[in-house]
Amino acid sequence: MPRSSVHLLCISQRHGGWDQKSQIWTHQTKGQISTGVMSFACVSCAQASLFLLVSFSSGFYASPLNILPSEVDMSSPLMYGTPSSRVEGTPRSGVGGTPARQRPDLGSIRKAPQVDLHSEPPSADGAVASEQALGQKLVIWGTDVNVGTCKEKFQRFLQRFIDPTSNEDENAGLDLNEPLYMQKLEEISVVGEPVLNVNCSHVQSFDADLYRQLISYPQEVIPTFDMAVNELFFERFPDSILEHQIQVRPYNALKTRNMRSLNPEDIDQMITISGMVIRTSQLIPEMQEAFFQCQVCAFSTCVEVDRGRIAEPAVCRNCNTTHSLALIHNRSAFSDKQMIKVQESPDDMPAGQTPHTTIVYAHNDLVDKVQPGDRINITGIYRAVPMRENPRQSNVKSVYKTHIDVIHFRKTDEKRLHGLDEDSDQKLFTEERVQILKELASKPDVYDRLSSALAPSIYEHEDIKKGILLQLFGGTRKDFSQTGRGNFRAEVNILLCGDPGTSKSQLLQYVFNLVPRGQYTSGKGSSAVGLTAYVMKDPETKQLVLQTGALVLSDNGICCIDEFDKMSDSTRSVLHEVMEQQTLSIAKAGIICQLNARTSVLAAANPVESQWNPKKTTIENIQLPHTLLSRFDLIFLMLDPQDEAYDRRLAHHLVALYYQSEEQIEEEFLDMAVLKDYIAYARTYINPRLNEEASQALIEAYVDMRKIGSGRGMVSAYPRQLESLIRLAEAHAKVRFSDKVETIDVEEAKRLHREALKQSATDPRTGFVDISIITTGMSATARKRKEEVAQALKKMIQSKGKTPAMKYQQLFDDLRGQSEAAITKDMFEEALRALADEDYLTVTGKTVRLL
Amino acid sequence: MRMWFVCRFCCPAAQSNSNPEWEAKVLEYFKGQLREKESHSWVPSLNDVPLHYLKPNSLVKFRCLVQDMFDPEFYMGVYETVDPSTKANVLRCGKYKDVTECGVDLNSRNTVTAERQTFYCVPIPGESPWAKEISFLSAARVVPSTSYVPSRQKRSYEEDDDDMDTQPQKQREPHTGGMGETPQIQPHGNGDSKRQETEAPSSQTTAPSDCSSHLDLNFPLPGERGPACLVKVYEGLDSFKLNDTLEIYGILSVNPVLTVLGEEKDPSLLLLNPTESMETPEEQRAHDPPASLVPRLHMLYARPLQHNNPLLPSAPTEDQSAFVSSFLVEMASVRAELLAYLTHVLLGDGLAAEYLLLHLISNVYTRRDVLPLGKFTLNLSGCPLNSYTERLYQIVQQLVPCSYRLSMSLHTMNSMRLVPKKDYVANRLVSGALQLARNTSLFLDETQLEQGQLDSSGVRNITALGNLISWQKVDYDFSYHQMEFPCNINVLVTSEGRSLLPSDCQVPLQPQVTPPNMEEYLTTIHMAQFTSQINKFRVYLSLARTLDYSISDEVTKAVEDDFVDMRKDDPQSVTAEDLHRMLVVARLLSLSLGQTTLSRDGWMRAKHIDMLRRSRTEQQKSLNGNEP
Repeated sequence: MPRSSVHLLCISQRHGGWDQKSQIWTHQTKGQISTGVMSFACVSCAQASLFLLVSFSSGFYASPLNILPSEVDMSSPLMYGTPSSRVEGTPRSGVGGTPARQRPDLGSIRKAPQVDLHSEPPSADGAVASEQALGQKLVIWGTDVNVGTCKEKFQRFLQRFIDPTSNEDENAGLDLNEPLYMQKLEEISVVGEPVLNVNCSHVQSFDADLYRQLISYPQEVIPTFDMAVNELFFERFPDSILEHQIQVRPYNALKTRNMRSLNPEDIDQMITISGMVIRTSQLIPEMQEAFFQCQVCAFSTCVEVDRGRIAEPAVCRNCNTTHSLALIHNRSAFSDKQMIKVQESPDDMPAGQTPHTTIVYAHNDLVDKVQPGDRINITGIYRAVPMRENPRQSNVKSVYKTHIDVIHFRKTDEKRLHGLDEDSDQKLFTEERVQILKELASKPDVYDRLSSALAPSIYEHEDIKKGILLQLFGGTRKDFSQTGRGNFRAEVNILLCGDPGTSKSQLLQYVFNLVPRGQYTSGKGSSAVGLTAYVMKDPETKQLVLQTGALVLSDNGICCIDEFDKMSDSTRSVLHEVMEQQTLSIAKAGIICQLNARTSVLAAANPVESQWNPKKTTIENIQLPHTLLSRFDLIFLMLDPQDEAYDRRLAHHLVALYYQSEEQIEEEFLDMAVLKDYIAYARTYINPRLNEEASQALIEAYVDMRKIGSGRGMVSAYPRQLESLIRLAEAHAKVRFSDKVETIDVEEAKRLHREALKQSATDPRTGFVDISIITTGMSATARKRKEEVAQALKKMIQSKGKTPAMKYQQLFDDLRGQSEAAITKDMFEEALRALADEDYLTVTGKTVRLL
Repeated sequence: MRMWFVCRFCCPAAQSNSNPEWEAKVLEYFKGQLREKESHSWVPSLNDVPLHYLKPNSLVKFRCLVQDMFDPEFYMGVYETVDPSTKANVLRCGKYKDVTECGVDLNSRNTVTAERQTFYCVPIPGESPWAKEISFLSAARVVPSTSYVPSRQKRSYEEDDDDMDTQPQKQREPHTGGMGETPQIQPHGNGDSKRQETEAPSSQTTAPSDCSSHLDLNFPLPGERGPACLVKVYEGLDSFKLNDTLEIYGILSVNPVLTVLGEEKDPSLLLLNPTESMETPEEQRAHDPPASLVPRLHMLYARPLQHNNPLLPSAPTEDQSAFVSSFLVEMASVRAELLAYLTHVLLGDGLAAEYLLLHLISNVYTRRDVLPLGKFTLNLSGCPLNSYTERLYQIVQQLVPCSYRLSMSLHTMNSMRLVPKKDYVANRLVSGALQLARNTSLFLDETQLEQGQLDSSGVRNITALGNLISWQKVDYDFSYHQMEFPCNINVLVTSEGRSLLPSDCQVPLQPQVTPPNMEEYLTTIHMAQFTSQINKFRVYLSLARTLDYSISDEVTKAVEDDFVDMRKDDPQSVTAEDLHRMLVVARLLSLSLGQTTLSRDGWMRAKHIDMLRRSRTEQQKSLNGNEP
């Protein structure tokens, strides 16, 4: 029997058993129909050849190590129906008139149904198959998948699976106590998007065997799932109209997580890997069916792509002219295809190696779903194809080309721009790891342990390290958007100021290396756009692309900004919004949007005079706007304490650094990896809330802080400080892995806050802590002093009698002569300005006029 | 050995059936053979012998740096072919091979797919001519098992040497007094004219051929030449890191079929065969260059190189420790000689010479979280202009096995690519000048910098240099993110005033002599050294770096006390950073004398020279007014 008819037979058999018989018949020419309604012997003959066909692939199925030979791979006549079937399909199983659609993502061999046909009770011709004679269950060749059982199992899964604890965003709005996927089917019937995404971990928890089959034989199992879901769907919603039949897209296969761990055993299995898109190709139209027309008699015929080639008919069947057929391009059928290159995400990589890349093919509606730069999870089938065998070459390269046929994309960074996503960067912790972490958390001195493990090479500054530790943990996220206040900031911002050379940069570097989503920028080198986002024109597509800057990139992480003081004012102004509202608004080149930037800022600033002047306030020393400063929860001074005991300890620490061996260090301190995991675990799983006593303690603390200043006519605390206290207390509770914020947390928060205040908000003139230095940029005494000068000036002018205009310099000298305290030019000018504000006088150039 | 090897690998099919462990056994065998004394020198080296003299499928070695790591590939580990004469099915082994035998049965059940990875390896960047020369000559002593005729050695060496000459400074005058190329090694002596003749045509002929092939071999440093190699790695993939320096023993594969397969690009095939259209022409070029230019090497065994100084025993064997202990005895005397030599070179400035010596043996020996310990970046300020720095570099180059001089002119800073960048179109890591092997001496010549504007790439380059100096890391540019690669590079900055780059230690040069003709002066100094002397220096510098070091509790205490006292006297000027530096100086000073523990004297000496240096910088400051 000629080979072409073997193909045909397979198709007709398959469709005969299933749903697309009629198209096949209409599609085939007369002579071949007769082979379709074959005698018994003929079927078995076909079966023999059919087995021959399948046996090509048997090697590969028997052991997944082996590679699918190209011959079978390309034999697309075995594909799901013919392209014409899309138009006129009338599936049998109640799938009323909805056309099936090719699934190139599952590869081109659709031989799965060929063998399973025999297990289908309605098709009598399969009954004699030798397997049944042996009394065994019939399975798809090379697999252990029995179509009937598989279908049944999947339908049961769809009808029964309930996941009450689900917190996936995709299931938002669904009743968690009802079967999940039935609700999704309902959604499909309403929305009309014929795609059913199935979480493989659900399948696994429901039926481990089904899951194993899905992972191992996706090519056979997924079409079976398709069938099952369509039967179920059209049974339930017989009237719904879909564009094509529902396609099942499984995702989250637990098999593989990392591109690096792909190995030959994964070939032709379903895998899920994560990575970053680095390049996407143009759309590739892939010919599925070629349309030929006879130049002589205009008779037309269709030829399907076979193993990547089209066999041009040599003879016209109608008029018997040879070589008269020409390809008509715009009547041929094509499918969309796109090549996507994916690179390993930087977090999964061992240090010191370069990232791997993998080629991914997207088909049909998955084309153009992702853009370069997206971080995605890909579920697909891993393929390996031998290098093309060249007929002119006797020996070939012994290398395979590998790629992934994608079934499902899931963007991991998509939500970062929009909503809350505590679970998106959920790290999987093993049982033992969690055990270790919990053990550590139960130790009474865990707080001190962790803070000393932070940047061990930097000496002392215990409180600063504790502050940074609390920053790493962050507060609890609260949502008040219902009451109109929006999100409360949960991130702790810290500013380090101090003399150059006090290892501020080193601390920043350490933190940057510790957190997974850290960004490190230097104030000198970064511009406002570099921090926020900028719009770029893609040179290839001429498309405007929004490129995100450091602040957006460090969403949910920490943005370390070195040389904060060197930053230009326009750049710094960007930070105002980020540091309180935690969003970034962008209006550029027609793109208006608000991006989330829930980042903690860890900044370091040097004093203006290069050395910290203890006689000046923080503001005067670092010359930063107080509006910005007040947004920092903690401001630490890193100063040289200049005391002997400190020097000795410092010397000891440094010398030890230089001679201790690697092992000794490790004994002393926690491993950086443990610290990382500890923080990640606490950030993901611990959400402490204030208990009654803690709230009370916080209120007291706040009232106390207000009281300190009120005695001297100063305000020493604002609501912002109360919020800071709450955040710090929550972070401290997280350190203890405690779900409740207790009094000890508040105590520590108070202590730390006071420590930082003592350092940064002490008025150098009086020695008192005065928060207004930070909130208004001027201490209360300084403000009082300013007023006094203005009053003195006013008095002096009034005493001069009616002089409408005075010389500026004259007035200044007079005032200096009159006042017992030294009056600087700055003070004088400020007094003038104050009086001008009172509409008492105006200053024009060098003359002062009274009004 | 080669003959044996070839037959073994031509018919491995038999083994694959009878004994599945044969692969491991083969590796064992080779490792065992190579461990034997001298045996590794019988293997011809790709570095020394031109490719066309090497027989395909023979065992060769290659001293190289891992420049890029390509994606892993799957290949047919075992496949079946049909013997055309007997019609029998034969199992064959695809390991250590690029191409299969004819008539592969793609559908065979016996096909075994295996995984391997390709590394793109280049010769160690900036390898000094003397290192190449010596390793070449020592290899030539033992006649390699190739058809390579020794009489042609001279020629090839000249080609190698020629590379170096055309490299960073094209303006190198007709043979600069043969620095380091002393008559013993250089049979031609100072036959300048003769050399010129041989050089000129070779550079002319090679240049256009390089251009016509459009093949960028992706060397980190501009102007380098030598074989780049695609190394197929089968075992221990995780143990290799980017920028590792390795000596690779493997099977050379230069099958011309590779090239043909790569070039054959039938457009109609492209359309229908998706797997081939995947690769852009750039990628094809980068990953499948012609085998005649970029040979394939199937790795059997790789030895990580601690150093590439051919004068030192390379393998960490007993004879190395013997070598070390024998050398330790003369360490102090060699140090004195070297110091005297450097003092002359630095125009009679003994202190600067001392610091230069310490700098040359510095080494990042460990890292504490982000802090690299042991780095010692030296800024020699106040360098005389007019090509003095260039001379200085040539002298440094004669002493260290790996070096590179980066002339920081405005143009180079704006135009040069320092940081490696991933090219996603060609899918490879485009190298940059900062992709260097460990312990390379990077000589930054800031005297070349003139006033003008740095553009954005210039600023990036300067930032990269700053990062390299402060953290000993280079952030490779992966376009969507950056990746940090730690490095271990000795940076020496020469400048007029204080360098704009950070440095661990600045020494203003105070010339004691002002020779009327600088060139003549330096040439004379150089000529006065015997090769044996220079070789001693070379061994000394490489060896001092590898010594272990410790501080006793007692000395620790003394150091602490000292620091507290110093702080007491002058808390403003002595900071933690000063202590950091003095500890490094003390360490290097002790090591330079061959002492592996810090003694009290050592500490005092370190303090002393640091004090001298400081007073000199103070002095400089007051001279120059308000320099920060």
